[in-house]
Amino acid sequence: MSRYNRRRLTNLVILALSLGATGLGLLILFLIMGSLLAHGVPALSLGTFTQATPAPGNQGGLANAIYGSVAMTAVATLVGTPIGVLTGTYLAEYGRGSALAPVVRFVNDILLSAPSIVIGLFVYTVLVVPMGHFSAWAGSAALAILVVPVVVRTTEDMLNLVPAALREAAFALGAPGWTVVIKVIYRAAMQGMMTGVMLAVARIAGETAPLLFTALNNQFASTNMNGPMANLPVVIFQFAMSPYADWQRLAWGGALLITGTILVLNIVARLLANWSGDGNTR
Amino acid sequence: MVDAAIDATRAGANSRRQRRADFLFRGTTKFFALTVLLLLGAVMVALLIGGMPAFRAFGLPFLWTETWNPVKQVFGGAPAIYGTLVTSLIAMAIGVPLALGVAIFLTELCPPVLRRPIGILIELLAAIPSIIYGIWGLFVLAPFLQLTVEPFLKETLGSVPLAGVLFSGPPLGLGVLTAGFILAVMVLPFIAAVTRDVFQTVPSILRESAYGIGCTTAEVVREIVLPYTRVGVVGGVMLGLGRALGETMAVTFVIGNSHRISPSLLAPGTTISATLANEFSEAVGGLYTSSLIALGFILFVITFIVLAAAKLMLMRIEQRSAQ
Repeated sequence: MSRYNRRRLTNLVILALSLGATGLGLLILFLIMGSLLAHGVPALSLGTFTQATPAPGNQGGLANAIYGSVAMTAVATLVGTPIGVLTGTYLAEYGRGSALAPVVRFVNDILLSAPSIVIGLFVYTVLVVPMGHFSAWAGSAALAILVVPVVVRTTEDMLNLVPAALREAAFALGAPGWTVVIKVIYRAAMQGMMTGVMLAVARIAGETAPLLFTALNNQFASTNMNGPMANLPVVIFQFAMSPYADWQRLAWGGALLITGTILVLNIVARLLANWSGDGNTR
Repeated sequence: MVDAAIDATRAGANSRRQRRADFLFRGTTKFFALTVLLLLGAVMVALLIGGMPAFRAFGLPFLWTETWNPVKQVFGGAPAIYGTLVTSLIAMAIGVPLALGVAIFLTELCPPVLRRPIGILIELLAAIPSIIYGIWGLFVLAPFLQLTVEPFLKETLGSVPLAGVLFSGPPLGLGVLTAGFILAVMVLPFIAAVTRDVFQTVPSILRESAYGIGCTTAEVVREIVLPYTRVGVVGGVMLGLGRALGETMAVTFVIGNSHRISPSLLAPGTTISATLANEFSEAVGGLYTSSLIALGFILFVITFIVLAAAKLMLMRIEQRSAQ
């Protein structure tokens, strides 16, 4: 074979392999979505949303788990977002040239990828042990710690995208620094920052590991944030690993609910980011 | 005259108040920035203190002791640490070539119209929660591997000297290999996204010059793009490794949870995170709990080192592309 043909062949093989890799990635995504729909849709009914988790062999739904997930995600987002936004503001607006900012940015990026189960352990040692019992508050705290790095990262990125001219114009009018940040810069970057919050919610909505030893689980409907509380991910874990067919069915139903919510959040967040004129939301 | 003086004082008071508010706001943002910093330190310290009783009781041999016996209160981290490393290695061996393939496809081959949609679909793989990978792995992938891939591996590689032992034992579907497969799929989007982004930092003039002297696409990737972005690609791979090491739920579902080090990849095993997920809420006795926290501390230290290295490498390539 001539050198030319050999080079062409190598090229073809490598390009075919890269096409194959992409195809495989997409195929797995569709396979996962397919199994979720195939197993999950038949498992969902009105009762899923109105009845509490059943004992094996009984009729039941996921109402208490859905409530728990929503409550803990909401608390975590409400606590984590301001911390993340203020830290991101420091990095983008005040930290320029300081020695602190690069270190915070570095640590934040590590927290962003740190194993969530370790965060669960941390909250167990600092909250659950002193309180003496598992609680939904502890679960929310663990989730809030996961929200912060995501929001810090997107807030900083989005604030950096705000044109310097806007800042300078506001300062030239004599506005004090904090008014410029809150009334001008936040307003300009609002859409992007919302994207960050939505991505953070999407991240924690399916988190299981940090809840295993903070919020634990609860067989019964409970609205007491100070006690163990059922939540979708842990219920899915427990039910899927059980030998009971009806529990496994409910686990698939819950899995479909969570994945659907998260994918919708992700897609809406991306559209929002595109809409505000920038596609860089990682 | 008097009015003007009053106005001036008022303006002075106003500007002082504004300065104070500004100082407060700036201080608040700095306070929370410090909180984030302290959080990492607090996690380290809390886990170290929690794991202290176990470190005291077992000392350094905790790292290579294979026994894990809650009844006799003897704990060794070796099986979990071994499982964590082996599953992550398998994930890298499968996931890195796939991710590179995806990145090459997206930057060099894909029609520009499809670039964004395909890129987003691949990134959605990263959005699917760990537990979904777990339930899918348990009910769909594990039976599939048990019936097809594992018997095939046994037949073809099982009798090869030395390597054969890796594929000995019955194909159970649940084991180290399955966990590695699932992890490979989970790290694929992270590595692919980073690699794609660093591939795009290659100056067009380099790429175009190579094409201009008649290089094929594969040659451009191998001779120009990869050497130029090497640090960034390695950074992306390390980032994926960091994720794989700490991944919990997906692994817990499919690894089989056995505290034994088996040379076979088809055999069940455990990882640090899977051990924690399975045993922590049932652990009774201070030493048991403390041993689990000690494992968590070890996991955190390993991932911290890997992620910090990844971040440093990626910072290097960012600085270069900013120049």
